[in-house]
Amino acid sequence: MENMGRAFVLKTLLKLTEIRKSFGAVKALKGVSFELRAGEVHALLGENGAGKSTLIKVMTGAHRPDGGIMELGGEEVSGLTPVRAQELGIACIYQQPALFPDLSVMENIGLRLEKVGIFHRVKWAMWRRKAEELLGQIGAEISPEAEVRSLSMPEQQLVEIACALGSGARIVIMDEPTASLTQKEQHLLFQVVRNLRAKGVGVVYISHRLEEIFALADRVTVLRDGESVGTNAVDGLNEAQMIRLMVGRDVETIYPTAEEEPGEVVLEVKNLACAESGLEGMSFQVRAGEVFGLAGLVGAGRTELARVLFGITPADGGSFSLNGKTVEIRSPREAISHGIAYVPEDRRRHGVVLEMAVAENITMASHRRWFKAGILRGGVETEAAQSFVEALGIKLSSPAAPGGSLSGGNQQKVSVARWLATQPKLLILDEPTQGVDVGAKGEIHRLVRELAKEGLAVLMISSDLPEIIGMSDRVGVMREGRLVEIFDNAHAEQVMAAALGSGEVAR
Amino acid sequence: MKTYSRELTVGVALLLLLAALAVFAPNFFDGQPLVSRLASQMPALVLAVGVALVIMTRQIDISIGSQFGMCAVIAGTAAASGMSMPMAMLCALLAGALMGVVNGWLVAGLGLPSIVVTLATLVTWQEVLRLWQKGRLLALPDGVQWFGTSQGTGQALVIGAAFLFLVLMAWAMKHLSIGRRIYATGSDTEAARLAGLAPKATTFGVFVLMGILAGVAAVLNLVQSPQIQPNSGEGLELKAIAAAVVGGVAITGGRGTLWGVLLGLMLLVNVNPALTHFHQPPYWEKAIQGLVILLAVAADGIRHKKQKRLK
Repeated sequence: MENMGRAFVLKTLLKLTEIRKSFGAVKALKGVSFELRAGEVHALLGENGAGKSTLIKVMTGAHRPDGGIMELGGEEVSGLTPVRAQELGIACIYQQPALFPDLSVMENIGLRLEKVGIFHRVKWAMWRRKAEELLGQIGAEISPEAEVRSLSMPEQQLVEIACALGSGARIVIMDEPTASLTQKEQHLLFQVVRNLRAKGVGVVYISHRLEEIFALADRVTVLRDGESVGTNAVDGLNEAQMIRLMVGRDVETIYPTAEEEPGEVVLEVKNLACAESGLEGMSFQVRAGEVFGLAGLVGAGRTELARVLFGITPADGGSFSLNGKTVEIRSPREAISHGIAYVPEDRRRHGVVLEMAVAENITMASHRRWFKAGILRGGVETEAAQSFVEALGIKLSSPAAPGGSLSGGNQQKVSVARWLATQPKLLILDEPTQGVDVGAKGEIHRLVRELAKEGLAVLMISSDLPEIIGMSDRVGVMREGRLVEIFDNAHAEQVMAAALGSGEVAR
Repeated sequence: MKTYSRELTVGVALLLLLAALAVFAPNFFDGQPLVSRLASQMPALVLAVGVALVIMTRQIDISIGSQFGMCAVIAGTAAASGMSMPMAMLCALLAGALMGVVNGWLVAGLGLPSIVVTLATLVTWQEVLRLWQKGRLLALPDGVQWFGTSQGTGQALVIGAAFLFLVLMAWAMKHLSIGRRIYATGSDTEAARLAGLAPKATTFGVFVLMGILAGVAAVLNLVQSPQIQPNSGEGLELKAIAAAVVGGVAITGGRGTLWGVLLGLMLLVNVNPALTHFHQPPYWEKAIQGLVILLAVAADGIRHKKQKRLK
């Protein structure tokens, strides 16, 4: 019965209709419909922030949708929880496997499959047999005794898949499973996915790599801005069409544009490399008065590049010059003293210190400027903070208010103010408008353009494609730790094609 | 707006206690015994300020009692061997700094957890003292007690020095870069690093300062008696940490003021004399102190929960 291959009737396993989900004011899903059949690999495609992760979390019960209908095997389910989803046969394999690293493979599998009381005796022999059997089914050569910590990332993924299989999952969701795999490991994984399909399991497969989708998937659903733009058979599509589905939209926002020619070269890197962050052969320039945008998919190495430039993970190859002088930057302190400023991505974690006053946050990176002879005279700090608050239009009750009392957009401005206070020559902005509302976004855009006009060289990272294209004078595109293209007048489709590594799209 | 709610609460509690004493046991405020009691708490105040800084950087130092004991014996031995008083004091400070370097290097340099590191150094210094002194009392030469002056002047000097130190430190925390570095390191180490505030160096420095302050505290203690016991520091670490916590220094780092530490210490150390003056058995002291600490920590917990709910 099992080996009926792809010939058997494709019955619908999971059906989502008009699923909606909002986080505060952000509408992550605006009515997404999706259908998964038994024995198919259904790819989910979309640029960063299109709503893929949220959709997966709705399927696994991690998020409760605000509206819409979810049907499993023809029956409507509501109030899904992660435990219930597991019981219903939905398994999810994340990029980072969620295993217990200090326990053995068989303990991990056994614990996942058996739900018993705490005083229940552990059936070691059975656990071992089960683990061997499941690992054998997917062709993984892993000892059941091995400690999970000692396994490689792909091996851990295989253990996860074995768990999913053992729990009788009918629906397996894979979130970018190949992101950290080598070519050979990928092939093994593909084989496992095909095996699952042959067993009649429905696989939801998320990947940015178009060639994988062509190699593996039967159908593809494209998400864009929290909406599904359509489900198509993979056979009927080519790369260019797929990319158009992903990016095709009108640019609604009007971005402030450059008025003057950029000045001299501020930053020049040649063949910059950093083994620790997986970067190599990075060569580009950023000029005074210019906004250089850095586009790419999540994991392409953009933030890693920013961290190399700022000395957090120092470069180990290539040359680095600022204003024509070769420099070596080994720590954030050195970067700051050379006039580099970095507004990090994770504002809540590494940007604004929530417990400290806004004024203290603003002066934090430029103590040398405000503490004359090491001593802060009364009023200097408040005055300085006040001037930045006015210049950047930060809305707050008082500069003595703690950073945590501000809204996201205003916190972002405080973070920018901290770095402007260091009087930098090069400003690196990592996702400056992430998680801020539309109004604040526009203000930040205007601010960035104004700073460039005043002669600052700006390196801006953003996953928001219209934003990066609208804001940047030039756009560099990164993929897999390399700078693959630099566009003078970028178009969304070109940038997306370069980011995905698609060769077919004509320029 | 920065709120001083903890300082206010503890201050009010202390005032109520003192008011009750003023009404029901006015002889609590008799001049000489009061000054003596105050002077005897000054070493603990210096230690509490030091450990408060350590806690603010999101670390802990439980070896301060042992450091204090080592410094006291070293200073005492130096004085007994005929060294001048300033030289003997310098020896105590240097010994403290060295012990601070050990803790700081292990914690900031090697990245080991401070609770384990300082537990190890607590035991190590304690055992060194035991082997070296074998429990002997160390008699001090004449010029040491009260810095060679009268008791009144000596006590005034001790109290004056401790309070001057407190005022200077409180000023430094507000007006020197190092103060900001301490708060920033404790609140968000990564943000501090990105802002070029060298959190590792800050942490190291705070441990060294803690060692030096153990030396200062040892000297302030030394001058108040004709001899010293090698185990004089045992239990002091708990007193200092309790004072900091009750005074509003968050055990999770990044928050607290030195004035709060002063109030916290005063509240805790007045439990015992208050019991005596109210003619209650003194056995209640530890239980009441424990209750005060519990209330302080519970207040933190409730505040945290509220903040989370707001988010």
